[in-house]
Parts: sequence; structure tokens; C-alpha cells
Amino acid sequence: MTTPLHIGFIPLVDASALIIAVDKGFAAAEGLDVTLTREVSWSNVRDKLNIGHFDAAHLLAPVAIASSLGLGHVKVPIVAPFNLGLNGNAITISPGLHAAIMGEIDGDPRNPLVTAQALARVVAARRKAGAEPLTFGMTFPFSTHNYQLRFWMAAGGVDPDEDVHLVVLPPPYMVDSLANGHVDAFCVGAPWNSVAVDLGVGHILHFVSDILVRAAEKVLAVRQSWSDKNPEVLAALIRAASRAAQFIEQPDNRSEAAHILARPEYIGVNAEVILRTLDGRLKISPDGKIRESSRYLLVGREGAARPDPAQAAWLYAQMVRWGQTAMRPDALKTAMGVFRPDLYDATLGHSLGQPGKSGSGSDAVGAFAGPAFTPDDIAGHLAAFEIGRWKP
Amino acid sequence: MSAESSPKIVIVDESPIRAAILEEGLREAGFTRVVHISEMQSLLARIYSEDPDVILIDLENPSRDVLEAMFQVSRAVRRPIAMFVDQSDAASIQASVDAGVSAYIVDGLKKERIKPILDLCISRFNAFSKLQDELDRTKSALEERKVIDRAKGILMKVKGLTEDEAYVLMRSTAMREKKKIGEIAQSILTASELLK
Repeated sequence: MTTPLHIGFIPLVDASALIIAVDKGFAAAEGLDVTLTREVSWSNVRDKLNIGHFDAAHLLAPVAIASSLGLGHVKVPIVAPFNLGLNGNAITISPGLHAAIMGEIDGDPRNPLVTAQALARVVAARRKAGAEPLTFGMTFPFSTHNYQLRFWMAAGGVDPDEDVHLVVLPPPYMVDSLANGHVDAFCVGAPWNSVAVDLGVGHILHFVSDILVRAAEKVLAVRQSWSDKNPEVLAALIRAASRAAQFIEQPDNRSEAAHILARPEYIGVNAEVILRTLDGRLKISPDGKIRESSRYLLVGREGAARPDPAQAAWLYAQMVRWGQTAMRPDALKTAMGVFRPDLYDATLGHSLGQPGKSGSGSDAVGAFAGPAFTPDDIAGHLAAFEIGRWKP
Repeated sequence: MSAESSPKIVIVDESPIRAAILEEGLREAGFTRVVHISEMQSLLARIYSEDPDVILIDLENPSRDVLEAMFQVSRAVRRPIAMFVDQSDAASIQASVDAGVSAYIVDGLKKERIKPILDLCISRFNAFSKLQDELDRTKSALEERKVIDRAKGILMKVKGLTEDEAYVLMRSTAMREKKKIGEIAQSILTASELLK
């Protein structure tokens, strides 16, 4: 017997585990008849998941948390038993801003603290000259992109609410907006950074893995009520997604995966651009300069698919830091409860490995600035940061 | 309803026809203060300057995410904004998502004043999709007619048939193969292209 499932997604490379699970027949092998629906906004994905049009969705990790807390919208408890991707975003800046930042750089431009301090000097010079504040685009108020941009610039002394404009832009509009000067920079997922570089309108300044070594990005999200009622269907979906993630992570399969993802009903951009993302080998400037990173986007490898509640706590801490909600111990508990490693383990066991403490980070996220993060003392952690909208 | 007491409604829609249908319905129902925004650049700035009580946006519009930014604490926002009608009103949310529209309501507008706006909006959106479907059907019927006529012409020329005989041949083939006559006509066109 097959179970019909409706799943919504946004055309981004980190939806790949879901798309491949369906297209390669991994979902069908689990007895699931999945209908994938490509959506145009995160608001639509969230709403259609909330009211039951979708059984599951490719969702921004912070939206799953915000929905469970009732922030910005109706409260619908969501659970995330599987990470669809870690990292995968990049900060891309216009050629004009790139020249300005490089003119102020004092140190290694690969170091995000150095670039953020250079940005602070650019911002100060513009203010002195009476120029308009710089505008940065990101994808959603409750998005990793929003928090990553803010974390980065604040570390250099730029207040994201006072010193620049931070605006929401739908990902497909990002590149045009950079080209026509509507924004000076943006933080977005793949493939849009590469598209901007290819068109000669942007330079990739940072991979977000420069800012956070491990950042939970998109999750497989289902309603908690649905998860309680359909544990076996959910387990089947987790198995299918896991098989797809392992398929994608095999270097020999990446070209095939990229060609599937490139199709117009899925992501609808050139397969070669998608392959760069999967390989972590990106062209970062219009002159053709390449940067390789083993941490650009993780789909399943290094235990990336296993949800880590400490990641959810970090995202909640950002909501508190930037004034989207007040610090409340019960809310923190709810936020951490959205990420469900227990469901992951019950389905897949520990065979795929525990999350490693990889890279330079000594904690779950490995941020380039501030003290090590611990969910036990968010107030103490936030107190270490000078800039924020948070009132203790 | 006087102009002052009528809530100000902004329609964000890139489809001018659907926006016009909606605007007309709202005006007929006595909502006289209606503004249509079709330009998505600087959308928030436009909305702030219009300062509406209700914002309606179609679900096919990626700029919905831009509107979500209005929920956030920001000095640019005059008033907090709540979405849809009420946490408890699941039926309204469902109906509006089904119709393909979403409503953002500025806090402070009473629930009983929002309901008729949303209901009207949902019924107009549904009417528009019906119209669109009919239009699409008419269009494809016309297309099919053209294909059949061209296939008829080919049969008449190649097999020396009259127009009626050519049509009867296609119809009987369609019936025998359990296909639509349009499909048979299309295969004739494809075959004749290949055999050129």
C-alpha cells in the first residue's frame, strides 16, 4: 500500500535530499507516493504546512522554531527530525562595495572579523560623506541569513538596525536587486550567489561556514500533531531522505544529482552551477577566481542530517538578541524541542555518525566571534555581545 | 459607510485584471478606500506611505515574504501587524489559502469589520480563477481547432479526400484508438513534418 504525501519546497540546492528522494525512487521504495510542490515564498510553505495542505516541508530552521513559538504568526507546533542541510549560504556584495571594503581592509580578507571591521569603516566614511546607508538583502525575518548577516557585521561594530538597512527579498529577486543597485549586498542560499558572480554583478565575500562552522539551515518539517499520528510514515520519509542525502554525498553521483535538480520543475538553473555548490568549489569573483571549501554545504555527511537541539538554542538566542522575542526559559525549551534527534536515532540508529566538533569551533555552532555557545546560559552568552536589541 | 470609517485596503497584485475585479467588488461593497500596488520594488516603502488597515496579496507573489518583515520590531513600522483574522479562525485561513490570497491586517481593526473584506476577497479570487480556467479552455479549444483544420488539409491533399471525408476519417480513427480527435490531428501534423 502506498501513502500519498504532499511536500512543499523552495527551489534551492538544500532541498536536494527531498527532490532526489522522490526523483530517484527512494521515497517510492518506502511506500510513499510523494507530490512535490514548488513554492514561491517561505510564508506560503509555512502556511500550507500549518493548515495541512502539506504533510511535510523544506523549511528554514528558524521558521520551524518561530511557528512552534507563535512568533510573527499563528502558533503551530512543528517538529524537525532531519536536517536537510548545514551551511550553504554565502554573503555576496556588489563590485562597488567590494572595492570599498578591500580599500579599508587591514588583515586577511578571508577572516570575517577583518571584513566586518572594514565594513564598519566603510559605513563610517559613508555617513561622514552624507551618503545613503548601505542596504543588505536577506530572505526572511526568521532566517539563518538574517542572523548570519547580523552576527557578522555586529562583530565588526556595525549595528544592523542603526547603521545599515536590512531588507527582505525573495531569493529569485536577489540578483536583479544587486544588479540594479536596490541592494549593495545579500545573504542567500545556493544557487543565487553563483548566479550573481556569473553575471558579473557580485563578489562572494564569505561562505557562511566562515562565520559559523556548523549552522543548521533547512529542516524537514512536519506538524507535531501529524508526527504523533503518523510515526511510521514519518520514519519512512526520514529513511528516504537519508538515502537521498547519502546518494548526493557520493562524489560519483553528484553530476547526476545536479542534472536532476537543474530541471525546471525543481530548481531550474544550469546543472553546472548546482554542481559547484554540491562540490563546494565556487567561483567567487567575476574574474573567475575559485574558492574551495569542504564546509560550503553539508547534506548528510559528518552527521549533518541529525538535528542538534543546541543549534535550535543558538537560533532562539539570535531571535532574543535582535528583539524578535523576549528571553523565556520555557520558550527556549520549546525551541530546542523542535529539533528531534530522538526521532532521527529511532529511525536510522547511530550508524551514520554523531555530529563532529569539526573545524575551529569548540561548541555546536563554532562562531568566529564571541564566547563558546552553551544553551544553559543564553543570557550570559548574549551579555558578551555589545550590539543587540536585547534587554536583560 | 463614510469615507472616514471605511478601512484603507491595499491590494498587492501583479495581475491587473484580478486586482481590478477585486477593487470593483470592494468598492461595490462600500469599501471606498482601495489602493492597488503592482510594482514590487520598494514595496514596503509604498505600503508605509499608504498606511493601510488591510493588505491583500496573492499567494503566487514571492513578495509575501517581504510583507512578513512588517511583523518585526522596527522603527519604520507605525503599528504592529497581525496576520489573518484570528488564531482561532482556521476556516478563514483555509478558505483564503485555497483561493490563493492572503490578508495582513493592521492591529486595531475589529474582527467583524475584517470578515466581510476577507469573504469578498476570497469569492472574487475564486471567481477570477474560474474565469482564468474558462479562458485557458477556450484558448486550447481554439488551438485544437487550428490543428484539426491543418490535419484535414493534409489528408485532403495526400489522400484526395473531401473536407467531410477527411474529418470522418480522423473521427473514426480517434474512436477506434480511444483518443481525442485533436491528438490524432496532432500526430498527422507530426508525421507529415517527419516525412517532408
